[in-house]
Amino acid sequence: MDYLFFIVMLPLLAGLVVGVIPGDRIGAIRGVTLGASWLTALLSLIAFCSFDPNGGLQFVTEWTWVESLGLKFYLAADGINIGIIFMGAVVAFAAVCCAGDVTHRIKEFYFLLNLMICGILGAFASMDLFFFYFFHELALVPTFIMIGVWGRGQNRNYATYKITLYLSFGALLALIGLIGVYVQTGAESFSIPDLMKAVEEKPITESAQQWIFPLLMFGFGILVSLWPFHTWAPLGYGAAPTATAMLHAGVLKKFGLYGLIRVAIPMAPVGAQGWLEVMAWLALANLLFCGLVAVRQKDLNLLIGNSSVAHMGFIFLGIASLNVIGLTGAVLVMIAHGLLAALAFGLSGHLYQQHRSLDMTRMGGLLRKMPLAGTALLMAMMAGCGLPGFANFAGEITIFFAAWSAGFQTITVIAAWSALVIGGLYMLRAIRNILHGPQGDDWDNASDAKPLVATAFGLLLAMLLVFGFAPNLLTKRINGEVEKIVRLAKPEGAAPEKVEVVRR
Amino acid sequence: MGDQLKFVQLEMMVVALGLLVLIADLAMAPSRRRLLGYLSAAGLFVVFLLSFRDGYTALVNESTEAFFNSRYKVDGLALFFKRFFLIAGIFVLVFAVDFSERLRSGMAEYYSFIVFALSGMMFAASANDFSMLFVSIELITITFYILVSFQRHRLHSLEAGVKYLILGAVSSAFMIYGIALVFGVAGSLQFDDLHAQQSELIQSKVFLFGMLFLFAGLAFKISAFPFQVWAPDVYQGAPTPTTAFLAVGSKAAGFVLLIRLLVAAVPEVTAEWTSVLLVISALTILYGNLCALPQRNLKRLLAYSGIANAGYLLMGIVAQSEEGTVAILYYLAGYLFTVMAAFMIINLLTKEGEGEDISCLSGLSKRSPFLAFAMTLAAVSLAGIPPLAGFFGKFLLVKSVATEAFGNTCFFVLLAVAVFGVVVSIYYYFGIVRTIFWGRRKADEPTPPPVTIGLPVRIVLGCCVAAMLYLGLLPNKPVKWAETAAKVGVTSK
Repeated sequence: MDYLFFIVMLPLLAGLVVGVIPGDRIGAIRGVTLGASWLTALLSLIAFCSFDPNGGLQFVTEWTWVESLGLKFYLAADGINIGIIFMGAVVAFAAVCCAGDVTHRIKEFYFLLNLMICGILGAFASMDLFFFYFFHELALVPTFIMIGVWGRGQNRNYATYKITLYLSFGALLALIGLIGVYVQTGAESFSIPDLMKAVEEKPITESAQQWIFPLLMFGFGILVSLWPFHTWAPLGYGAAPTATAMLHAGVLKKFGLYGLIRVAIPMAPVGAQGWLEVMAWLALANLLFCGLVAVRQKDLNLLIGNSSVAHMGFIFLGIASLNVIGLTGAVLVMIAHGLLAALAFGLSGHLYQQHRSLDMTRMGGLLRKMPLAGTALLMAMMAGCGLPGFANFAGEITIFFAAWSAGFQTITVIAAWSALVIGGLYMLRAIRNILHGPQGDDWDNASDAKPLVATAFGLLLAMLLVFGFAPNLLTKRINGEVEKIVRLAKPEGAAPEKVEVVRR
Repeated sequence: MGDQLKFVQLEMMVVALGLLVLIADLAMAPSRRRLLGYLSAAGLFVVFLLSFRDGYTALVNESTEAFFNSRYKVDGLALFFKRFFLIAGIFVLVFAVDFSERLRSGMAEYYSFIVFALSGMMFAASANDFSMLFVSIELITITFYILVSFQRHRLHSLEAGVKYLILGAVSSAFMIYGIALVFGVAGSLQFDDLHAQQSELIQSKVFLFGMLFLFAGLAFKISAFPFQVWAPDVYQGAPTPTTAFLAVGSKAAGFVLLIRLLVAAVPEVTAEWTSVLLVISALTILYGNLCALPQRNLKRLLAYSGIANAGYLLMGIVAQSEEGTVAILYYLAGYLFTVMAAFMIINLLTKEGEGEDISCLSGLSKRSPFLAFAMTLAAVSLAGIPPLAGFFGKFLLVKSVATEAFGNTCFFVLLAVAVFGVVVSIYYYFGIVRTIFWGRRKADEPTPPPVTIGLPVRIVLGCCVAAMLYLGLLPNKPVKWAETAAKVGVTSK
């Protein structure tokens, strides 16, 4: 038992405690959840700081779960997931801070919220593929109920079903791929280190890889809203309550990308050969198409949702380049985007709470009304279009270098253009519509963020800036693990590339 | 012969219990007949405990050759299923007592018929010979004709009874015809003999034809496509305890016989028929799930979901491996507790024959948080989502098929269909969850009062919930039990 065990189990414990507290004691319920998530975030900060970049797997908890199938309850951190877990715990804390907009059936909401946090953190902390999947699905049921019961908008029922069915379908496709990996390696184990070792000794047969990779790519791809399977995302986030949208868009969605880096690439590199180019083109479609869709949005939530889908394109592009800087950049963007998406949805949630509407054409001049939240929104929008100084820029520029050197020159040019021009277009327009100009109708009663919510925004912004100015806090941890994966995937070209670019 | 009867001691006790109930009924005042149901449930529980006695479990290692000439097997598989049926029987009896006011007459007979059907299932668990197979199947089916049409004052119940009778008789005819053909070619009714000469037998078209008829008969029992037509009407019309027993017991009896026949006795025939079984499994999954989509009647919905589940279970047979058998056993165990809980809750919420509409669940989270919790778990488990029993069962089934899939691409088609089916099923199972938590009643309807639940039903529901969580969260031991049970061999001569 180590930090990770407590990081995963604290939310579950908080959920159980919430289950026992009588439903009318709202303060106690909120307090317990807030306290637990604060402690989780603190623990993850300690874990992140005490993580040794050259130490391999750390903070290990390993229990045999089903002996005859080789299933283990196996929590551990390495360079790739430590950063994601840290980001996840911070986002979870921020989400709990912003959950004040829920006003009915509070006990149930906080119970589900805790369960969801446990699932999310567990998924990224698991080194056993079965639990990796298990925790992800565990987070899915609360998502469904939370959107359905506490969601907003006319078509939340439709959105609920859409998000659930899409995500289940993706997860099941990926599950078959994962089982395929298990069966084909012959490792008799679901644990990622064991599987890596087995593949290193004897790779999976080529014909099997031809099945496994597409299964994983599209399965995980649907979970990450890879174009053209992205339509659930803006809709679902638009209908979700603030905390759910923050957690899902920020953290849970990264599950698929994490799975691609962790499992699909190292286990089926031969199968990946033909598909990586397809992935790169689809990534471009994400960037370009969803970016253009975002330009047309009038609803702030749909804008953020679409831009979040567009940003996934960077990460897919980084993975498709399949070199050390590409994968490092991908992980970097995953973390940066997690913080950013959580911040953006937290802010839109705050605005919605003020006025029950997110129609951008009827906003305006809100920077005067709410200096704190307005500034946070401004900075979030800037981070979203890749302003240097925010962590997103560090990751995105790395990915452009990687994609160029991997031979996707055309794609890189179009992607860079779409990211800068289209991204800039809709982000700046949103800033003008929402924050500047004459004040919109009916916004007189709007008030600024309360201290708790402001803390959440501040925390997320601070993290974005810290990782933006010092990305090597992350890259020095990520690098070693990514090198191992690239070596497995491309044994011939294992020349150690350095990620000097991002060390400023 | 006398000391050989130890092999059937459990079955003898169960039959004796059934007779005792009938006799005790004569001496008992009508007002106290509920007690009779509880007593017989307690009696079955004692039998269940006795099945763990060392003296009995030691029989697994003893050859039954001397007894009945190997026509009757007491092995791990038989033991697993006997306990399975006993648990199902206990639950159904408690359920039936709760239901008994709606029967109007013949309560004690109802209890005793449940016990007799149970004995038939327990015999089926050990059947290793066509005559044994046929007799035990008929014992189950004939008692079910009566159990299904027990509410004589309800037209639906009678209709269901007639449907089940006619289609059941047809399937029995199929089966007996098949047995005759197989006997004509093989010259023996014993599975062991078939196993010994299967490579020659497989050459004979007549033999394969006979096996196909046999399979059709068993497919009727498990309600696999295209022999599923009876299920929705019968499930809907039958008294709810009967429906639950039919869904769990009858289906499991069909599967134990399929395992004995297709996996243990003639695996070569199964291998030859891989594509046929695969197509049947896929179509069953599709039919069940797609037809369940528009259903509003909960019992009917569960009937279609039962058909879909038969399709999933068939995946374990298609895999043709010990792993597949383990998966079937595990899935069935999870299914028992899940479906039993679901039917019990539906029964608590509905009045006779009416209000089985899905809307009866709306507002349940306020009326009875415990029932809402249990029903949610049941629906989520049936949908195959962790951390519940249904997920681990489906995981094992998918894994057993995926293991074979890299040698045979057709299996990927089955996997694709299964995935599609699960996604479709999530839609309607989550529809149940949705109704429980945020379904709205009509404005003019008064909010129904909180549900009262008797203690025995509460205990049974508690057991179901605990078992669903246990099978989903701590599968280590249950998987080992299933693995011990799945080692079905055939006594070589």
